[in-house]
Amino acid sequence: MRETAADRAFGVAVYVILSIVLVIILYPLVFVASASISDPLTVLRGDMWLFPTKISFVGYERIFSNPEILAGYANTILYTVVGTAINLVMTILAAYPLSRRDFAGRQVITWFIVFTMFFSGGLIPSYLLVKDLGLINTMWALILPGAVSVWNIIIMRTFFQTSIPAEVQESAAIDGCSNIQTLLRIVLPLSMPIIAVMVLFYAVGHWNSYFNALIYLNDREKYPLQLFLREILIKSEVDQMAGSMTASTQTYLMETEAIKYAIVIVANLPVLMLYPFLQKYFVKGMLIGAIKG
Amino acid sequence: MNSESAVETRSLGTRPSRGTRLLRSFRRNWDLYLLISPVIAYFVIFHYIPMYGVQIAFKHFIAAKGIWGSDWAGFVHFERFFESYYFWRLIRNTVLINLYELAVAFPVPIMLALLINEAGNRRFQRFVQTVTYAPHFLSTVVMVGLILMFLDPENGIVNRIIQAFGGEPVSFMTEPEWFKTIYVLSGVWQGMGWSSIIYLAALSGIDPALHEAAKIDGASRLQRIRHINLPGILPTIVILLILNVGSMMNVGFEKIYLMQNSLNIESSDVISTYVYERGILGAEYSFSTAVGLFNSVINCLLLVIVNAVARRVNETSLW
Repeated sequence: MRETAADRAFGVAVYVILSIVLVIILYPLVFVASASISDPLTVLRGDMWLFPTKISFVGYERIFSNPEILAGYANTILYTVVGTAINLVMTILAAYPLSRRDFAGRQVITWFIVFTMFFSGGLIPSYLLVKDLGLINTMWALILPGAVSVWNIIIMRTFFQTSIPAEVQESAAIDGCSNIQTLLRIVLPLSMPIIAVMVLFYAVGHWNSYFNALIYLNDREKYPLQLFLREILIKSEVDQMAGSMTASTQTYLMETEAIKYAIVIVANLPVLMLYPFLQKYFVKGMLIGAIKG
Repeated sequence: MNSESAVETRSLGTRPSRGTRLLRSFRRNWDLYLLISPVIAYFVIFHYIPMYGVQIAFKHFIAAKGIWGSDWAGFVHFERFFESYYFWRLIRNTVLINLYELAVAFPVPIMLALLINEAGNRRFQRFVQTVTYAPHFLSTVVMVGLILMFLDPENGIVNRIIQAFGGEPVSFMTEPEWFKTIYVLSGVWQGMGWSSIIYLAALSGIDPALHEAAKIDGASRLQRIRHINLPGILPTIVILLILNVGSMMNVGFEKIYLMQNSLNIESSDVISTYVYERGILGAEYSFSTAVGLFNSVINCLLLVIVNAVARRVNETSLW
């Protein structure tokens, strides 16, 4: 069937609008990447619009010679690894029993868990609890209060129910597997895609979070990267970093700028490198969630 | 499965009572209960105990006396909040930011999904998706950092463009009237791709035969979007709308807090940042818990109401 002129015009408009969207999304990202490796003076003067001008790595040099930021990076990696491991185990522990139709009481337990999505004690009672448990200023304050997410339990339970045939589990039981053996030997090996989704969901969450660290940590040695980012990007506290080795205010200003751009890239490097996987698995996770959600 | 329970199951003549069924399941699947017990313990400790702790909203909480031992205060904290100078300002900002988001940030992903769906070239579709999902992975801190960089009154690229066209530079972050626009539009930038995923999934579920039939009847592409695609994703839209309205009073604390400064506070002060300020920084535990509780109760009510309305009007609802 031949297209009418109006339809053809519409087709062109679709591509034009989407291209504009692409530019709007991409431009800031490319700008930051370019600015991070450009001479800060050209960036400050506004000579740099898109591509790097006069390559310079001064921002990166300052960052990698700062012990606090490196320690923050190490802390974030530690919190992310430990936190994600606990998240994953807890999610499986909840999702597997709830996926079993012969698990009496699963409706009650599901409601018990889902109810917390709709009503919560709020910030202050949670804060007081963490304080009473003696978790303040420990990494457990960042990990335990969010040990598992209701939403992810639901996603994983749905996956177990829809993607792992019940017959396989039943025959394992007839062959003498206990429930735990069935989970470990049959169900989990078949669930690698959803496990990847969960690891990524949780890990990105830990990597990017700052709020719990802000309210629960006191010692700077324990700060995760995001809190240092906050100081640099938002409170513009770069005094010691840029100021220590320079005399003139102009150099100071320039280095401050360079550090800001470079730290954005450094902080997002792991996420950027993982992005191809992230995209594939995250979308998958979203879709499994959407079926039930 | 042990042989005892197998025999039991087979010998069932009548449907056993709930209690015996539970007992039998427990005997057969005791290890499943073992597996889930840490999770239940977690929810009890980190969710239900704070719910129990909410009672300090009605007490004069003193740490030494504990939650239970502190004296009852009735509704004084609520009264103090309702009568405070900040009450209407907090409500106004919280509601306005949400309405603004609902009006702007909610429809954009729908339009984006419809557009991506219309672009025939698969590789172009993929590319648009890859690019638009990317900002979702930036942390809140980085996102706000980017906002500050780009809107900087002297060096920010936005002001440079304004000046290039002969305009006066705007100090976006210190002008209260700009706050909500910046908050919402940066949210659109960061989230529109990611939020469109769910609509794209719904669109891919629409039967192509409908489009073929409409084409034969001479429907234009716009008409087909209007009469096939939109109705096709309407249930998804309604569900997400319910969820959005249901969390109406829950403005994202993390981003607002970072964007806030003493000059834009008039427009950026919301309930959650107020609770943080008075509770965590000011240690007024009972008062700020009361403010938080007021917020959660409104949220719950909104969710129930919107859900009921949606069920009546559209036969789509959460429960």
